[in-house]
Amino acid sequence: MRSVLYRGLVVIFALGISLWTLWPTFRFYTMTAEEKQNLSSEYLSKLKKRSLSLGLDLQGGMYMVLEVDKSKIPEDQAKGAEDRALEIIRNRIDQWGVAEPMIQKTEEGKIIVQLPGVLERQRAEELIGKTALLEFRLVADQQILEQTVRNVDETIQNLWKDDTSMVYLQDILVSYSGGLAVKESDVENFKKIIDLPEVQNILPQGYEFLLGKAETSEEGRIRPVYLVKKEPELTGANIKTANHTIFQGQDPAYAGSPIVELHFDKKGATRFAFITGSNIGKRLAIVLDGVVQSAPVIEERIPTGDAIIRGNFTIDEAKELAIVLRAGALPAPIHIVEERTIGASLGKDAVEKSLKAFVFGFILVIIFMIIYYKASGLVATLALILNLIFILAVMVALKATLTLPGMAGLILTVGMAVDANVLIFERIREELRAGKNPKMAVDAGFGRAMITIFDANLTTLIAALVLLRFGTGPIKGFGTVLTIGILSNFFTAIFVAKIVFDYFVGVKRAQKISI
Amino acid sequence: MEFLKNVRINIIGHRKLFYAISLTLVIISAIGLVLKGGPNFGVDFKGGLLLQIKTEPPAEIEKVRSVLGSAGYKAEVQTFGKRGEFILRFPSENTTAEAIKEALETGLASTISIERTEMVGPSTGRDLTMQAVTLVLISMLLMLVYIWFRFDLRFGAASVIALFHDAIIALGIYTMLGREFSVPIVAALLTLIGYSINDSIVVADRIREKLKNFGKAIPLGKIEEIFNSGVNETLSRTIITSLTTLIPLITILIFASGTTIFDFALILTIGIIIGTYSSVGIVASLVVDWYKRSTKREKA
Repeated sequence: MRSVLYRGLVVIFALGISLWTLWPTFRFYTMTAEEKQNLSSEYLSKLKKRSLSLGLDLQGGMYMVLEVDKSKIPEDQAKGAEDRALEIIRNRIDQWGVAEPMIQKTEEGKIIVQLPGVLERQRAEELIGKTALLEFRLVADQQILEQTVRNVDETIQNLWKDDTSMVYLQDILVSYSGGLAVKESDVENFKKIIDLPEVQNILPQGYEFLLGKAETSEEGRIRPVYLVKKEPELTGANIKTANHTIFQGQDPAYAGSPIVELHFDKKGATRFAFITGSNIGKRLAIVLDGVVQSAPVIEERIPTGDAIIRGNFTIDEAKELAIVLRAGALPAPIHIVEERTIGASLGKDAVEKSLKAFVFGFILVIIFMIIYYKASGLVATLALILNLIFILAVMVALKATLTLPGMAGLILTVGMAVDANVLIFERIREELRAGKNPKMAVDAGFGRAMITIFDANLTTLIAALVLLRFGTGPIKGFGTVLTIGILSNFFTAIFVAKIVFDYFVGVKRAQKISI
Repeated sequence: MEFLKNVRINIIGHRKLFYAISLTLVIISAIGLVLKGGPNFGVDFKGGLLLQIKTEPPAEIEKVRSVLGSAGYKAEVQTFGKRGEFILRFPSENTTAEAIKEALETGLASTISIERTEMVGPSTGRDLTMQAVTLVLISMLLMLVYIWFRFDLRFGAASVIALFHDAIIALGIYTMLGREFSVPIVAALLTLIGYSINDSIVVADRIREKLKNFGKAIPLGKIEEIFNSGVNETLSRTIITSLTTLIPLITILIFASGTTIFDFALILTIGIIIGTYSSVGIVASLVVDWYKRSTKREKA
């Protein structure tokens, strides 16, 4: 019976892959807090990325649906309003330092923001509710920046004297593409130092430190450091339009590279001509909500109000910058239309309770199946356990999120998965009663039950797919689990269970079936 | 072990009785739904603000009500989970959780922790209602088409009638129990539809198998007998399957009280019991009557 062997190998292979997929999940969720502390944060985040992610309803956090109010902006500009809002919100949330935020646009043009672990509703609302502020500010020369850093370090040396636990700017700053930058892990320390009143006092008159967007360098994730004027030269209100394109000019250094085109209104053009004319060679920072998005060098006086920004952009970066510039030009109010927060303890409570329900339900079903179908009940149990492993593994592989309704779906799947086994077993019993020998009874039982199982599961699958396709939030989470569960059920109940029966009645030539 | 071995209950013969039971249940549920003014829609559908709070030391519900009332809030207050834990519902989404927390803390002299908030704007609520109705109708239609295609129109229509029957009764009992209709309940109703159709298909499948022996000429006199043995032969499977699905649902009801999946499990439990009953007692019976009628008309 080589076919039993081959089919068995297929199952073992599938099981192997599934267990390998689930290993990080198992490792991550069974670790104690102490163990987590001893591991590097890099390894831990890698492990978490490869684990099953829990929905906000299970781990606690904040969920918001935002709507961009387009009634106050001209119709032809309203089209990209959601993209601009998305960029603004992403910028602010990155600033806040929320771990693993999820920000996405829905098909209907709404914006969904998920912030795991965040419960500061008021702050989140303020952050999202305020209008975008886009400014153009002059950047101090590199020598002035370096001199200022030295001055700051001298000042804090006097302050901290012998306290060796404190850090200095020179310890945390690295040089980065001609300027200075600070590692993302040191941003806290950097802010602590520059916020000191003593430090504020010695900064060049009218200047302040600002950080750029996070970038990836050889040193890891870093953020550029700029010393910029407090007073903006221009604001987003003076921008007419901005868009990304490919450089068409002769300059070989930039030919064919992505650039951003920028057009100012009349007032902006006059002002821009003056600024560019009197600051050639200096850098002009584009600042959105206090974060430097880009700081191009002023190459010449631009009298027309039509500027281009060149840099080592990728197409995406150019597109993003153009969106940011437009966002400043056309700030549309953002309203929160739906908001849900779940306290972490409530989420933990839900996990514990539903896990308990799951384990008890699972055990009771197994006990029932073994009493009712004897050894065949064990086969059903095997199919059920494999089913569970496959469902979870597929969820991890698809990067699906387990939510509370998903958990309910999992519990329900356990009950429904047994159905296919019951159909098969009942048929085998009938065939045995009709006087067939075990091998014939098994073949006929599986063959006949197959059609029923197919029809029955397919209709449930229709419902599950409708949930998956048209549902949102919790409904979708449930649909995901149900869909995966039904598909995996086909495999375990029909394919896997048949192998076990074939082994006993075909290979071992058992004369009786314990059913 | 085996129960229901070689059962021969004359189900089809007693179909008038089943129709009477079903009709009564549907009418009671419909009246219940009307009296309650429709399902008890939660903030998901109506819009508004829901807060789940914990008071420490535990406050009394009357006190919470009076404090909110005198602070000028129109709120529904309900105990939830452990002692001192409440669910507050505000009809307007413009009330902020912080303001309410402050009002309660001064009025109750307890520390308030907000465990859960749900704020839904009125337009979102309307969208969700539309979405829910569409979801249910689309899946029913798809199933009708599928069964029509795999079996015949009669089974398709009878199964969908049974689905409406199951959904109305489940929703009616659920509403009369005073539970709230939220988004997960829509998912539960859809699962129920899938589950109930599943049972009907198993029965239909067995009857189809039996009818095959007769070819085109199905003897009208024997039709009740054929359908009845089909229902009886699948009876043991139908009941065992329902039982194995009910077991985990009941464990949720026991262990997961005070979580949002409790309601979900509750409506599924009710629905599965009703769905099992209807697929045994109603679906095949309806098809039998349809057969008889159409054949009579053909003869006349």
